[in-house]
Amino acid sequence: MKKQLVPESSFSRFDLLSEEIVFIILDFLNENPLDKKSFSRVSRSFYAIESRHRKFLKPLRSEHLTKILNRYRYVSTLDLSMCPRITDASLGVISGRCKEMLRSINLSRSKFFSHVGLSNLVMNCGNLVEIDLSNATELKDSAAAAIAGAKNLERLCLARCKSITDIGIGCIAVGCRKLRFLSLKWCLGVGDLGVGLIAVKCKEIRSLDLSYLPITSKCLSQILQLQHLEDLVLEGCFGIDDDSLAALKLGCKSLETLDMSSCQNVSHVGLSSLNSLAGCLQQLNLSYGSRVDRALADSLRNLSMLHSVKLDGCQVTCSGLKAIGNWCVSLKELSLSKCMGVTDEGLSSVVTKHKDMKKLDITCCRKITHLSLANITNSCTSLVSLKMESCTSVSAEAFVLIGQRCQFLEELDVTDNEIDDDGLISISMCAQLSSLKLGICLNITDEGLIHIGKCCLKLKEIDLYRSAGITDSSILAIACGCPGLEMINIAYCEFISDRSLKSLSKCSKLNTLESRGCPLITSSGLAAIAVGCKQLFKLDIKKCRNVDDAGMIPLAHFSQNLKQINLSYSSVTDVGLLSLASISCLQSITILHLEGLTPSGLVAALLACGGLIKVKLHASFKSLLPPLLFEHLDARGCTFQWRAKTFQAELDPKCWKLQLADAE
Amino acid sequence: MDPEERPCADTWTKSSSGSESLQTRPTNTSFNDFNTQQTFSFNNPFGAQISVTSNLNNQKQMSDPQESNNTQDWDPRAMLNNLSFLEKKIHQLQDLVHVIVRRRGQNTGQADEILVQQQQLMTADLTSIIVQLISTAGSLLPSVKQTLCPESSISQQFGVTNQTAGVSDNVVFQHNNSVNKLEDPSDMTGFFGAEQNCPIEDHEMKSDDDADEGENLPPGSYEILQLEKEEILAPHTHFCMICGKGFKRDANLRMHMRGHGDEYKTPAALTKPHKESSSEPILIKRYSCPYIGCKRNKDHKKFQPLKTILCVKNHYKRTHCDKTYTCSRCNTKKFSVIADLKTHEKHCGRDKWLCSCGTTFSRKDKLFGHIALFQGHTPAIPVEESKGSAGPSNKVEQLEFKYKSDAPSGSSCRNVMDLEGSGEDPISYFSPLNFETSGIDGFQEFPRPPFEDSESSFSFLLSGSCDYPPKNGRYTGSNDME
Repeated sequence: MKKQLVPESSFSRFDLLSEEIVFIILDFLNENPLDKKSFSRVSRSFYAIESRHRKFLKPLRSEHLTKILNRYRYVSTLDLSMCPRITDASLGVISGRCKEMLRSINLSRSKFFSHVGLSNLVMNCGNLVEIDLSNATELKDSAAAAIAGAKNLERLCLARCKSITDIGIGCIAVGCRKLRFLSLKWCLGVGDLGVGLIAVKCKEIRSLDLSYLPITSKCLSQILQLQHLEDLVLEGCFGIDDDSLAALKLGCKSLETLDMSSCQNVSHVGLSSLNSLAGCLQQLNLSYGSRVDRALADSLRNLSMLHSVKLDGCQVTCSGLKAIGNWCVSLKELSLSKCMGVTDEGLSSVVTKHKDMKKLDITCCRKITHLSLANITNSCTSLVSLKMESCTSVSAEAFVLIGQRCQFLEELDVTDNEIDDDGLISISMCAQLSSLKLGICLNITDEGLIHIGKCCLKLKEIDLYRSAGITDSSILAIACGCPGLEMINIAYCEFISDRSLKSLSKCSKLNTLESRGCPLITSSGLAAIAVGCKQLFKLDIKKCRNVDDAGMIPLAHFSQNLKQINLSYSSVTDVGLLSLASISCLQSITILHLEGLTPSGLVAALLACGGLIKVKLHASFKSLLPPLLFEHLDARGCTFQWRAKTFQAELDPKCWKLQLADAE
Repeated sequence: MDPEERPCADTWTKSSSGSESLQTRPTNTSFNDFNTQQTFSFNNPFGAQISVTSNLNNQKQMSDPQESNNTQDWDPRAMLNNLSFLEKKIHQLQDLVHVIVRRRGQNTGQADEILVQQQQLMTADLTSIIVQLISTAGSLLPSVKQTLCPESSISQQFGVTNQTAGVSDNVVFQHNNSVNKLEDPSDMTGFFGAEQNCPIEDHEMKSDDDADEGENLPPGSYEILQLEKEEILAPHTHFCMICGKGFKRDANLRMHMRGHGDEYKTPAALTKPHKESSSEPILIKRYSCPYIGCKRNKDHKKFQPLKTILCVKNHYKRTHCDKTYTCSRCNTKKFSVIADLKTHEKHCGRDKWLCSCGTTFSRKDKLFGHIALFQGHTPAIPVEESKGSAGPSNKVEQLEFKYKSDAPSGSSCRNVMDLEGSGEDPISYFSPLNFETSGIDGFQEFPRPPFEDSESSFSFLLSGSCDYPPKNGRYTGSNDME
């Protein structure tokens, strides 16, 4: 799609294509945002067609809103998450240009607008169906009252709008009667009255997120009367207790998903009320709640539609797990991550009964041994996802069973385990594997990984963090065998050199590269990545001492999708940093302990990089930079994080793990 | 605050001197409303005779101690006394209203707290004067009628015994003059206005009427008493059998009775009467509202009795009387029971929960209950908040200004530079040197298809325009600031 320049003067064959056909072609150009740009540069007509085709827009700079909205008149979805500074004037431009076309707007990462702008937006864009106002901590009830003017609103996210109170929510409840999805997570000013009014007025609600609200049984009974409610999140609602749940007995026939994680005042007594949801409840999250014992498990026994249960972080007893094993339903998803008290006996009784299990999370269940793994692999042969980070008592031989029996695995997390090459060779039989996490697996070497690279062609994500035995040949195999690779972490794999990066540059879809603490990596390797991996958006080259300005310049030229970069402890100087500043979508940079960085260079880079949202800097710069600069960057929506850590020399990996063990 | 208990007119004048209120009107309205009163209880089966008795009752209630001794036969001197007293009071009233008018003229627009308090004092005193006026005027009338109908002396006597014996004589089964009286000019309802005039209902105040709704006494297990309208609206409930003087408290009546002879000075007469009868089985008393058609009226299908006389009084005034007490702070809320006004005044102005319909609530849950009930009503954002956001909006205007000068013209740099001197917006501090804005200009320097005018918005290939070395050179200037 790159260089199909047609002479402008002569007749263009492309003009014979109908607009519909070109639209269909354009529908497929989604992978890289630059593709559509190239497309529109082919000819005037292509430019016009592309302008008419685009429905979704994610601008990088609010200053140019006028121009782009003039060009793209049919935009219905506007994602402003890349524009930290959206003022009332910007909203005025949007409402003036988009008018009735606009259906969805995302302001979750933007600041500096007020109820005036919102009111303007809502008045002009009468077809708005979705507004995301998350993180607008400054907005008050007046803003909520402005939102209430959006009569057609169906989805509204107000997460972390801490200054909005019941009054504002009351306005929304009265104004937006068609609401289907509402998130009030962390809206600490909203209580029973506001939520109760939502339940009274917005009868169409399908999904309601009330996490961390100070609500009690008063509004819960009203919520449960909503006829269409499917998804209810009550995470961390400390006001909800057993008595509140008694309201469930009145019956709510539509609820499918219920999240009551971190509801510490709910015990099996209250949960027994869930029985009235037996006909509909499919997913239940009771993480970080009360102890999972026999009584609790029995109280949930009659939920005949249940297929997913999350019990993360709960104290679990053996009898509780056995009771779960006796449920009449067959669970498809079970999460016991960080549960204390999961033993071989308990876990085995669960997995032998629930044979249809697709996803199992037993992260940090440190008591289980190869016995559990044998049982899991034996009965749950259709497992798609297995997460078992830090199951430290499972012996190396056990991992062989995974590959032998669970051939449908797509996601496997064996971080911090005893797995060795034999295990990896076995796992390489899982041809569907797309995500493999092998962090801190000190027993694996190239031998096993080469097998993975050869066999797991669908691998998208591989994590080799501190798997110290790895060398370039592993990465070579993976890069060649897995062309669809999107994310790789080779942090602290000391033997990795530029050869690896050059081979990885063939993975054109690579978007995340973490190569922290790889001393052999140089600028030339990075240059190869920059040229080859156009979609790179996250790059971590902290402690890559041999990476310098020469690596930054190609990055600046080719990696136009780079959003996040960590340059700490590298040899990059003012020059490199300034060149990076030209990457228009760069949002976050971490620049600690850059020896070659001077205050003036830093100022220049900070000013030049217009899209910055987050800068992590050493505290010593705080006094060296002009205060006016901070004000200016603050007005642009950029925040600083100051770190005062002293320079740290790198430990060798084995030593690091020992230190970790000591700390535990 | 009970003028009638004071023995002579002199103390009244003393008490009411100093401050007055605005309510000059009620004296007139009592007569204006006369007609409405008539139609209002047209279906009264008892006719004029009863009205006479009621008038007499009223006279008893209102009469002054001086002439009340002579109530048995008509005394022209007492009448004259009363007339002169009325004259004096009316002058007083006039004076004070003048004072108010003058003060209003001086302090227009001043919302002083002291002023408000003064006004409240005046209102209270003026009210008391007017009540005195009405009662005195009322005491004149039956004396006139007395001359007209001779048999009234009997009924008068009857009325007196009725009154003094308390409510128990008015038991509805006894079929005496318990029906509303119409042609009573001194009727207090005139003062309180006709029922139809009742303005906006006060949701909050109703609660104590309905508090006894849960009570399920089987019919017949209690005695139903029905007070007359006049009794309900009379300031007093206890009347002297001998002179007819009214009192608010029975204890005060007993103290008063001592003056009528030694037989009333015995300890037995002075103790609470109820204590003696405590040995007898007490029939539970419940009360009926005299207003026909009211749920609290004994003839109503779903009759719900009222528990105490106080309930009757409050219920009758709240439901069937005009709301004449206006809050002097907000000048909108009206009440028919003074206690309600006082309760309201305690938190008036602090009613921060406001509905779009203009109704205010002292409690948030009441507001939300109201909004849940009515379609289209919505919580109103307090004024302070919208004012509070004036700060940011100012800033917004500034930015808008900047924006206007910035956006449409291609040569934004110069404009922004001009603004920089005056603008306090931090975003413009560096704008002349700003890469993004200079990007708009610098943009043209690079070869680009002519139609691609808005490309910079995506700035994917803007890298070329941000050629760092020259910019770096420019920025060295910022280093000098340290």
